Amino acid sequence: MTTPVESRVDVELDDDDVHELSAEQVRDPTAPGLWIYLLVGTLFGIVLTKGEAISWFRIQEMFRFQGFHMFGIFATALPTAIVGVQLLKQRWRRTLSGETVVIPPKHLGSGVRYAAGGTIFGLGWALTGACPGPLFALLGSGVTTMAVAIVSAMLGTWTYGRLRHRLPH
Amino acid sequence: MPEMLLHPWPWYVAGPLIGLFAPLLLWLGNRLFGVSSNLRHLCSAIAPRGIPYLSYDWRREGGWNLAFVAGIVVGGLLAGLVFGNPEPVAVAASTRASLASLGVHDLTGLVPRELFAWSSLATARGWIVIVGGGFLVGFGTAYAGGCTSGHGISGVANLEKPSFIALGGFFAGGLLGTFVLLPLVLGLR
Repeated sequence: MTTPVESRVDVELDDDDVHELSAEQVRDPTAPGLWIYLLVGTLFGIVLTKGEAISWFRIQEMFRFQGFHMFGIFATALPTAIVGVQLLKQRWRRTLSGETVVIPPKHLGSGVRYAAGGTIFGLGWALTGACPGPLFALLGSGVTTMAVAIVSAMLGTWTYGRLRHRLPH
Repeated sequence: MPEMLLHPWPWYVAGPLIGLFAPLLLWLGNRLFGVSSNLRHLCSAIAPRGIPYLSYDWRREGGWNLAFVAGIVVGGLLAGLVFGNPEPVAVAASTRASLASLGVHDLTGLVPRELFAWSSLATARGWIVIVGGGFLVGFGTAYAGGCTSGHGISGVANLEKPSFIALGGFFAGGLLGTFVLLPLVLGLR
């Protein structure tokens, strides 16, 4: 049975969940269909793969600070993303179908989840050489054992869901 | 087939293009660029088992993102298989030396072939790298609430403090994995 303290934590977490997913609540029926996301995902997969961001060897080069390639990718991707998102949020303010641009804020809490979860993910990133996007791109590129890694990653996510109320956030 | 299509792209081409996806998805329909949520959507679709974290309408919340990730698989197929780079990856000479000392000599393809072959799953090292590594990626990104795309690009682009903390964690874990865990694991048979 949950104590009152635990259930309060749960409520907080659930609120956070609603935030994470809340952009979905006010969906315009004229918003683009799934095929456009399939297309955009395909472009993303091509860029990740051609840019070698899914290369196990490039990730090793990055974590060993022996080459500039991956740092160059982050150093140019971030300013592009920051300028694009900030312009959209503060200047243009509208999506393609005219909705107001909404980015639900992330809930900081104690910050433990970001530091601890981030570190655990980083360990897995160094081993597999892949974050979630590259896991799928590698599968497509013919590294078929990545299907096993993806199922295992799903199991990891499921386990987190199961243990969630006991973990510090 | 034109030679050019097979070449990998330099960082100054790939980087800015990667950065465009966060604003693009936001503009297309208020979608937050982030791949790891799909692991959650897939769990929710397959085995929610009454777990609150996995009990939601995954089609409604995650349908677009699952389409996006299916696209990533297609993109990997086109760029990695059909137009894959036949040459070994041009990593630094020091990286080649470091990897050789770990027993990784074949630098063609996108991953060390032997380590990620199906037969590798019968070895301790292959099992730890593929199954163990995958588990850590899934658990860690769920715990952190995002991965390299969701925190590293989207969150940072929105200038959110949690994402900067997460990014620090990604790197701390990556260094620990590279310099402590990986040498141990690759030493196993």
